[in-house]
Amino acid sequence: MHATRLLSLERWKKWIWSFVRLTLIAGLSFVILYPVLQKISTAFKAKSDLYSPIVVWLPENYTLDNFVKAIGIMDYWQALLNTFTLSALTTILTAISCALAGYGFARLKFKGSQLLFAGVILTILVPPITILIPVYLNLKDFSLMGLIPLLTGKSVNLLNTYWPFILTSATANSLKAGLYIFIFRQFFRGIPKEVEEAAYIDGAGVGKTFYRIMLPNAIPSIVTVLLFSFVWQWNDSFFTTTYLTSSKVMATQLGSLPYNLAILLEDGANSKADPFYLSMVQDTGILLAILPLIIIYLFVQRYFVESIERTGIVG
Amino acid sequence: MKSILRLDRRSYNEQKALMGFFYVLPWLLGFIFFFLIPLLSSLRYSLSSVQANSDGLIVHFSGFQNYVEALTVNTEFNRSLADAILNMVINVPLIVIFSLFLAVLLNQKFIGRSLARSIFFLPVILASGVILSLESTSLIQAVNDQNAGAGAIQGLGTFELEGLMLDAGLSEWVVNYLTSAVSRIYSIVSQSGVQILIFLAGIQTISPQLYEASKMEGATGYEAFWKITFPMVSPLILVNSIYTIIDSFSNNAMTDLIRETGFTQFNFGLSSAMAWLYFAAVALILAVSSYLISKKVFYYD
Repeated sequence: MHATRLLSLERWKKWIWSFVRLTLIAGLSFVILYPVLQKISTAFKAKSDLYSPIVVWLPENYTLDNFVKAIGIMDYWQALLNTFTLSALTTILTAISCALAGYGFARLKFKGSQLLFAGVILTILVPPITILIPVYLNLKDFSLMGLIPLLTGKSVNLLNTYWPFILTSATANSLKAGLYIFIFRQFFRGIPKEVEEAAYIDGAGVGKTFYRIMLPNAIPSIVTVLLFSFVWQWNDSFFTTTYLTSSKVMATQLGSLPYNLAILLEDGANSKADPFYLSMVQDTGILLAILPLIIIYLFVQRYFVESIERTGIVG
Repeated sequence: MKSILRLDRRSYNEQKALMGFFYVLPWLLGFIFFFLIPLLSSLRYSLSSVQANSDGLIVHFSGFQNYVEALTVNTEFNRSLADAILNMVINVPLIVIFSLFLAVLLNQKFIGRSLARSIFFLPVILASGVILSLESTSLIQAVNDQNAGAGAIQGLGTFELEGLMLDAGLSEWVVNYLTSAVSRIYSIVSQSGVQILIFLAGIQTISPQLYEASKMEGATGYEAFWKITFPMVSPLILVNSIYTIIDSFSNNAMTDLIRETGFTQFNFGLSSAMAWLYFAAVALILAVSSYLISKKVFYYD
């Protein structure tokens, strides 16, 4: 008698908790998805729907006009190609250089490697804005310690090229690279030493052990770093708007979208363009910019979530 | 010389050390050229008056003049810095607690868990950089929010809650803090994607035997959380706090001001001085908070 009452109480508690949990998760999911849904809904609306009181989510008149406008103004396909090239390039270079550094710090200890690792931590802690101006000036008159002027007579201007991104990512100093080195180091430290020693005994050198034994084992952390670095580079406006002012990539195109829109829509007769309409096309532009990321995420999210759980960020 | 080049003559450990240096070398080059030298020249600029002309930069040492100017003359610097710090002090505890709570929630078994997880990590992808800044200027969204807010839901949410808590005898300050957190839920959720991932990964490394044992001893879920989960993930609270602090400092009104001073007014000296003051503030906050948190952290080994 007593036991069954207790049991049913337990059961009630369980049910209530499930309900609370469901409400919380559903509510928060809605909060996260709301801006995206909002943009999708806005993008398909015709201009007339904007003022129609009966239209909230589903448009009365479907149109692709907003997309056509936004694609035209942003030079979308060109920007998409450029952004993809830039992100893919930096992602691959960053992953290679950070994996090397991470392995070096985790397993191949040498004199002073502790001190150098403190340097990695320092790069994470110092806000990028602190060193932005000297790096900018350095890239503007890039001389490689006076080597380039010696050969060609003058220094080269690397701004508005992809070189700043290539150079920093090949040397593991690009956007948030310190974090990636940290992730790799933690992961390599977690792989048992015996695996490595067995490879050495079988006659593999350090290099061979690294890319035949360690890298295949490190796939979760590689996936994590690839994804983070691709996505953050894609969205980055901090470095992109500084180094690549005139190149057509997503961040700069999005940044100048409101301005370009105002110019385009402000035709002679109307002295002032409708701000609501501007905002509508701008939302469509944002949707277009993040759409590739959402599509990629839909395909890899399962792998991503699983892999990060095994990454060893946790130490 | 010859013996350095002949790897096979060296011992196993010497070989590994040498290779280690080569593996770290790309990073080291980048560190020196794209971090250390710029850091030092930024320090030098901050202590000088810098003039740019066609021949390049003319740097005159001028002591702490730029620092004094930033702190006493410039109208915006102090306010932006205080704002940035205040925002951080308000947001970081909320984000860390919220992400721990969600990580615990997402770790439980329920229907649609994988869907919920992929939704919660969506902000990692979406909320950054230019999108976020454009978002805040989106007129349609603002108007829609206004319309939604005019209805009963918004008013009920914060008002009722506020009255309820005040009646319960909580201090006004705490109530304001909590209710403002409810209104800022989107920005909190969108900033906690990575932190949820880190906590979730941490929770999953806790050995299930601990939970089994505690269950046999008759511990409730609540007790299990405070006695097992919380101490085991407490090192990650430190990691996540540091990550959140750095993240909240990477892009705000302060960085915009530093950028503008440097790149539109071309006052490199003042801009560098601001950047260094900013760095000093960040470093101080990091040091204090990591000291405070690490006193409470429990290490399993």
